[in-house]
Formats: sequence, C-alpha cells, structure tokens
Amino acid sequence: MHNFDFVKPASVEEAVKALAQEGAQALSGGQTLIATMKQRLAAPTTLVSLTGIAAMKGVKAEGGTLTVGAATPHAVVAKEAASAYPALARLAGGIGDPAVRNRGTVGGSIANNDPAACYPSGVLASGATVVTNKRRIAADDYFQGLFTTALEEGEIVIQVVFPIPEKAAYLKFEQPASRFALTGVFVAKYPSGVRVAVTGAGADGVFRWSEAEAALSKNFSAAAVDGLSVDPSNLMGDLHGTPEYRANLIKVLTKRAVAAA
Amino acid sequence: MPKDTGIGAPMKRREDIRFLTGKGRYTADINLRGQAYAAFARSDMAHGRINKIDTTAAAAMPGVLCIMTGEDFVAMGGNPAGWLINSRDGTPMREPKRPVLAHGKVRHVGDAYAVVVAETEEQARDAAEAIEADITELPAIVDMAAAIADPSNRVHDEIPDNLCFDWGWIEDNRAAVDAAFAKAPHITTLELVNNRLVPNAMEPRASLADFNPGTEDYTLYTTSQNPHLHRLLIAAFVMGIPENKLTVIAPDVGGGFGSKIYHYGEEAAVLAAAKHLKRPVKWVATRSEAFLSDAHGRDHVTKIQLALDKDGTFLALRTETLANVGAYLSNFSTATPTFLHGTLMAGPYKTPLVYVNVKTVFTNTAPVDAYRGAGRPEATFSIERVIDKAADELGLDKIAIRRKNFIDPGAFPYTTPVGLVYDTGNYHATLDKMIELGDIAGFDKRAAASKAKGKLRGIGYSTWIEACGIAPSHLVGVLGSRVGLYDAATVRVNATGNISVLTGAHSHGQGHETVFAQVVADKLGIPESSVEIVHGDTSKIPFGMGSYGSRSLAVCGTAMVKAVDKIIAKGRKIAAHMLEAAEGDITFEDGKFQVAGTDKAKTFGEIAFSAYVPHNYPLETLEPGLEESAFYDPGNFTFPAGAYACEVEVDPETGRVEICSFTAADDFGHVMNPLIVQGQVHGGVGQGIGQALLENTTYDEGGQLLSGSFMDYAMPRADDVPFYIVDHSCNTPCTHNPLGVKGCGEAGAIGSPPAVVNAVVDALRRAGHKNVTHIDMPVSPKRVWQAMQG
Repeated sequence: MHNFDFVKPASVEEAVKALAQEGAQALSGGQTLIATMKQRLAAPTTLVSLTGIAAMKGVKAEGGTLTVGAATPHAVVAKEAASAYPALARLAGGIGDPAVRNRGTVGGSIANNDPAACYPSGVLASGATVVTNKRRIAADDYFQGLFTTALEEGEIVIQVVFPIPEKAAYLKFEQPASRFALTGVFVAKYPSGVRVAVTGAGADGVFRWSEAEAALSKNFSAAAVDGLSVDPSNLMGDLHGTPEYRANLIKVLTKRAVAAA
Repeated sequence: MPKDTGIGAPMKRREDIRFLTGKGRYTADINLRGQAYAAFARSDMAHGRINKIDTTAAAAMPGVLCIMTGEDFVAMGGNPAGWLINSRDGTPMREPKRPVLAHGKVRHVGDAYAVVVAETEEQARDAAEAIEADITELPAIVDMAAAIADPSNRVHDEIPDNLCFDWGWIEDNRAAVDAAFAKAPHITTLELVNNRLVPNAMEPRASLADFNPGTEDYTLYTTSQNPHLHRLLIAAFVMGIPENKLTVIAPDVGGGFGSKIYHYGEEAAVLAAAKHLKRPVKWVATRSEAFLSDAHGRDHVTKIQLALDKDGTFLALRTETLANVGAYLSNFSTATPTFLHGTLMAGPYKTPLVYVNVKTVFTNTAPVDAYRGAGRPEATFSIERVIDKAADELGLDKIAIRRKNFIDPGAFPYTTPVGLVYDTGNYHATLDKMIELGDIAGFDKRAAASKAKGKLRGIGYSTWIEACGIAPSHLVGVLGSRVGLYDAATVRVNATGNISVLTGAHSHGQGHETVFAQVVADKLGIPESSVEIVHGDTSKIPFGMGSYGSRSLAVCGTAMVKAVDKIIAKGRKIAAHMLEAAEGDITFEDGKFQVAGTDKAKTFGEIAFSAYVPHNYPLETLEPGLEESAFYDPGNFTFPAGAYACEVEVDPETGRVEICSFTAADDFGHVMNPLIVQGQVHGGVGQGIGQALLENTTYDEGGQLLSGSFMDYAMPRADDVPFYIVDHSCNTPCTHNPLGVKGCGEAGAIGSPPAVVNAVVDALRRAGHKNVTHIDMPVSPKRVWQAMQG
C-alpha cells in the first residue's frame, strides 16, 4: 500500500471541501477500496472518511418509506430495517461476512456500483431515491453501467430513500470464491406494479427485467414467469458462469424470490 | 505407561497452544538487527524475450540499497530437478537450466527477473515497480497439446517440441496390454482433466537471509518442509558454498502441502543480496505472489481405458497422460507424474496388465510439482472414474464391481504389474466398514426424501490405495532419483532424565511435536511431557529428508524408535553394572530396568543421571552420556488404503452441489494418535472436496492467471464440507516398520475427489440424464447445469 493522508470530517460541507483536493478519494467502509490499495492498484493521496458524519448515518422508517443514511453499515441496516423492510434487511445481512457488514456501507456500495454487488438491485427494485449533497436522483437514472453512476465529481451520496413495498424478496446465487452475487434478483411488489432488478449478471451492471415485471404485475406468482426467458446476449460471462447460465439463474431466482416474498 | 498419553492416546496437540494464542514464531516474525527488505520485479507477460532491464531510475529511488537482475546470477548453478526420467526411447529428459532470476527470457506471469533491496518494504516495492523492463512479448504456450504440436513456439529455445520426456511404464508390458485390449469383450474409455491447483498454504513463502562477514557463515530462515534438502540444493547446486557455511532454519511453518519442499530462486537471491550488502535481507511473499510463483499441483489431461469381461472382471488398463510441468522443472516435478503416479495405476485391484504413458510438457505457466498426494490423486481419480463409467456401461453395481476385482486379503505380499509390492492390506474390510458406517443400505430412502424436496441425490464411491514413505534409496536410485529417501533422528537423554529428540522430519502443521513425543515416551516409559521434539534447524538436527509424502512417522518415526532402542540397550548395560547383574538378566519395562525375577531395579532417570555423572559406571567398557542417533532407509513403501462414500444433493435448476455426507473408512496400520489422524483425514478430504467442487486454476490463452486471488479462486470453507464420518479401525499393520504405521497425511486428498465426482454423475444419471458420463473438476454449478442441458 502506498502512503496516504487520512481525514475524517464531521460534516458534509467539510467532506466536500476535502474531496476537492487533488488525489482525494471518499472512503465509506473501504471494503473494495482498501483491498485495491493493498494490491497497489489504487493510490489516493488523501482518504476522506465519510463515516464520521452524523447526517449520513441511521435507519428511519416513516410514511411508507425507509431512509438509510449512506454511511450506515450493512449490519445496522440488517438489524434496524428488519421490521420495516425485511427483504432489504436480509439483503444487507447477507453481504460478505461480519467484518464486511460492520464496515461496508450502502453509500459505498452504490457509489462503487460493482456489477456483482447486492445493494444496487435493492435500490433499483425499490425505485429508491438517491439523495446527494446536490440533488435527488431516481434509481432508474442513477445506475449507468459497470462501476458507473450518475454521481458527478465531488458529489456525495447522503442517504437513500426506499419506498416500502407490499411484498419483496432478494435471492442471490453466490459466486463460489468471492461469494458476491453470481446472480442476484430483487423482486418488489408495489400497488403501482412489480419491479424486478437483477445484479451480478448484466453486461452493463444492474438492470430491470421488464418482461417479468409486466407478467408479475398481472399475476404475482412464480408460475407467471414460467413462459419467459432472458436473452443471454446482454449478460456477463466469466470463469464462474456463462451468459446462458446466468440467464437461467435469473429466471430460477425470480421464481424463488416471488415464492419467498 | 499411562494410557492417556502413550501410543494410541487421542492427545490434543501441544503445539496448538502456541499457534492458537499467537505465540508461534514464523519466518515473518523473525527480525534481525539492520535488516533490509527485498521485493521482486515479476513478469506481467507469460512469455517474452528480455532485451534490457534498466534499473537506473529504480536505483536512484529513496532507500534503495541494491538491485540485482538475472544477469547477476548467470554464473550460479541452476535449481536442479531431483529425479531423472528417461523417455521410452531411452533418451534422458530435457533439463533446461532454472536460473535464480529469469535471464534471456521470461517464461510465465510472475517469473521474477530482478530483486530490489531497500531500507523498507514499501521502498523496495516502489523501486521494483520503477524498473524499466524492455521485453518483447512472444506468443504464450498454455495448452499442452498445442505446445507439443507446434515446434516453432518454444518455452525453452533448445527444446523444439516443449516435451520434457515421453515415459512408458512399464514399456516392456505395452505389447501385452495392447493385445489384451485387442481381444477384450468390453472397453471403457474416459477422457478427463485433473485440474491444476494452487497450494495456498496459510502462510505464504518467506525468507530472511543473514551473512556474517567475520566468519563467512550464511543463515537462511525460510518456509521449508525439509531444511536439509534446501541447504543441499542451495549450497551444492545453486550457490556453490560449502554446506557447513550455510545454516537453514525452518521455524514454525504454516502449511506446505508440498509447495515448501522446493527451493525457489527468491531464497538464493536474498542470500546473495545479504552477502553483497553485509546486512540481513528479508522477503515475505504477498498472497498475489504466492498465486503466481508457488509450485502448483496436478494439471493432467488423461485418456484412460479399461478392458473388462462382461461380468466386470478387469482384464487390462492403459492410460495416456499429458502432464504440465509449467515453465521450469521444479525439484520433484518429474517424479510426480511418473513414479508417484504410474506405479499406482493398479489401485487395490488385481488388474493383470497395466500400461501407463506420460508425456510431460513445458508451458508458459507457473511450475507444477507435488501437491498433497502428488501423482497418487491423479492415478486414483482416473481409475475410480473409469470404473464407475464401466459399471454404468455394463449395468453392474458400483460396489460389487470393485469388490470383485479387489486383491484378496490372503494374496499379500502382492506384486502389481506396475512395479510395486504391496506388503499387506484388506480392502474388503474397509469397504465393509464404509458400507456399515455410511448406511449405504439406507440410500434409497434418503434419495426419496431428497426428491420430495426437489433435489437429485447421488452416491459415489472410491476405493483407493497409495504408497507412502517413498523408498528404498537403492531402488529409487535405479529409477532415477538423485536423492536418498531415508530419515534420521537423534534421541538426546538429558542428565535429569528428560529428552530432546532431534528429527529430520519437519512439522508444518502435522503435529509431530505431540505424536513423536507420545511414541518416545511410551517406548521409554516416561511421561510424554518429558519429551521435547526439535526440528527445522540444520545446525541442530541430523541430516534428514523432511516431511512430505506421508512419510514422517513411517520413516523418521522408525529412525526415532531405532535410536530409542539403542538408548535402551545402553541403559541395560549401565543398569547391569549398577545392579551387579548380567546384562542378559536386565529387563526394561514401564521405565524401569530390573533384574529379572527380583525387585532390584533402577528407574530410567537414575540410569540417565548415572550416564552423565558416571561415578559408578563401567567407563572402561562404555562411553558416558546417553545420546543415540539412527538413520533409517525403509525396505519398501507403506500402502495405506481405504473406502470412501460421498452423498450429494444436486439442485436441478441451478446445478449447485451440496455434499450431504462423507464416509471415510481407512486402513492406516497402527494409529499412534487417533485425534491427529482424524484431523489429517478431515483436512485431506476437505482439500479433495475443494479440488472436486471449487478450485479452478485458470490461465487464459495469453497465459494470464484468471484465478489469481481468493476473489476468483474458490477455496473450500467450513460450510462447503459436511460433518465427516471417519474410521480407522481396520488395521493391517505395515509389515516392515517397527511401529506398524503407514501414514495418513495425504489419504483424504487422494481418495475423496473421485467419490465426489462419482456421486454427482450418479445423481444426474439417476435423474434420467443418461448422456452424462463425466464432468470435469471442479464440478461447479455452471458445469453441472450445462451437463443437464444435454
């Protein structure tokens, strides 16, 4: 690891200022960034920790929404969202291992937007709103491809606001080595319709499976998905799964998620 | 002797107290005054011609003390291959020089071409990254068949077809085997891959070199399974320094699995740098370096054929294997696919005719060498898979076909058609034990329960044999070995009656400190806590060959017992003098020398004291002191064997395999510590399950290691393995060592992979996927699902 300076601001304003320096990098749990730095593949000169900012922490349910501070660790979400939004709590409780869950944060996860991360599917399937220091971004506009988001230079995710669905479930099939999602499917049923978001599989990162959404909005049952298939041409292929295998997993997991919701 | 600490007692390992409380002392924990740090510049391309290594900028960086490149080591010797193999046509194998650092060419990703030594580790790494290497990339040679077929592209310029050797075993039997196939009623053919594995010992390799300019003595602290072998290779072959001027110390070592048998260039590089700088130089591998540069295991591509009668009687077996040695010959890379593989091809069966052909191929990948089991897992996997396929083709029961072909318990000693003499065994007994403990009769009921929850259940068997404690030296010498395969121990009785045992064997997780102490204490009738085991330091221990091949107890343990016997013999002489009796009248039992038929006796402690304070002692006929050494060269291998059953559930929608149960019934001969044996079987089966289901070393066409970290290389974890059913009550003691022991360290890794794969194939076939005859390891969800797609 190369040398770096470390600052831990207490307010969003201070963080924005610190991040404006040349070579500064936001740190929000560091479960990807620190490992990358240890491999000497990233060498920020200053790490700006976001986990000391009170306004970015905590879980609050009110008025049909769940608001999660961006710097809230997964373990806290797993515990505190359990009654208001159990599917999201289970997603958070299934990320990595206890060490990861007590460091990693939702803001860190969706700012990095790893194509195999769990949170992007929960945010997208919930039609959540990503609140930054500058604006409010709808989930459908936020995720823009592999490790790519709508965030601009110096923009910090402050919180994520999740509309609470009538029913929901997240199921992931783990990649055997990393135990990231080889494919993960988040199904959420709202009065306005069903949203299905898929992570781990898309060649361009997390995406919505619109055919399944339409079918499930008419008939929220596993059988509704039976006649559908996923086109593998837009899916990832790697050591652990071909696009065809992932297409199969998307369908299997969607059905199981509907049954579990 | 108290039953709770002697031979056969399930004692907890004494070394675990220090390991589990962070008090172990590993190479990385050792720091010497004034030490500097080394970092290696490694090739990021698989194959390339070195034009120029420009170190100017790197040398000017902060803290840099020296930089050495391949050029600086040209005068040194090559790291040698330990076993000469001759090809079928009688020509010796091709042995390209393996330099300390790459020179002329880089031959695999991770091949080190320069070492930087700096005041700090980070400075050394920064400077290593700043070295400007002008290397012309050449096409990577990754696929073995292509490597042989294309003479224009060469890993080593002087070897036109990338072939190290083309070995036939036994060549004289080839015609008879082919003739048997020509008239066989049934032939089963199977092509399979034995997947390459990265050893991934918990502790990465590390070396700390020290040079004393006043005495010109070198000391190397390093992660070694066999410090004397390291000293011999470094001193005599590579660096040309007298052995008496080099001490090799392998302190606590966190696992090896074979990968720390070998001498690697980094060790010579830090020794040379320490001499040059007159300062200690330390290097600790990162996990990434371990993935790229440790000797990998397995990597065979095999076609195996079994000729049978319609009733399932084996008539003949033949195999053609391509074995990958990687870019250079690691020390035992030529023995592993040959004499540790071909000689096991009879298995526990009375197949009358066997012929094995192995072509060993250079590629632009990390060197491949012995890894837990070393050749024997490859043999076992091939045999046990082809038997299952044959049973399916002939409609025979998979237990019955094995039992029908077993060597009969009354047939020992049994000479196999591949050159081994099995001294003893009872394969029916372990199979019966497996059937009982695994409740094989209840399988159908369990399969029905699995079906009810939408899962496909299958069961697989593996009845395996291995050869441990490779020996005797005169025979392996004839076969091409360049080392002896004895071991040595010194039993040093201290004046107050406690004991230091200095062993040639090295413990890097096996538990020698406990079990060796149990054996010595039991033989001498003293408390186990009075015995200390000393290993790992060439300046203390006798010249032994270290630990690998499940040899420690069978070979070094025997040397230890022989040394103990000498102690008792001398003690008897001392006692005869002290008790004024004839030596022949002195008995030794439970720690007491006694005049037979009387109550006149001296304790072991009294005798020891007398030996060191020889006031009343037969000095005119007997030397004082009580210390004896023994070297032991075994008369034969030992032959542990066992029967394994694995049950799996397959998710038909995702292809995911879950291991429901694993039953291991083994015959290890006499067991000295059943708790340690159980642990060894657990670990071995866990590693075998890792190979069968998870571990996926993959180089792409360009020779890049795609599975170069734990993010992509799947190691088995606790929730990947079941609670094992382990038994070693079947016991046919080894006939040629005094403890009657056979060795257990590799058993699990040898016997388990085919049981797992057989179970998965069985599950799919029972579910109607009759076209599935084989799935290559790792049997990942992707591959199982693909197999079910037809």
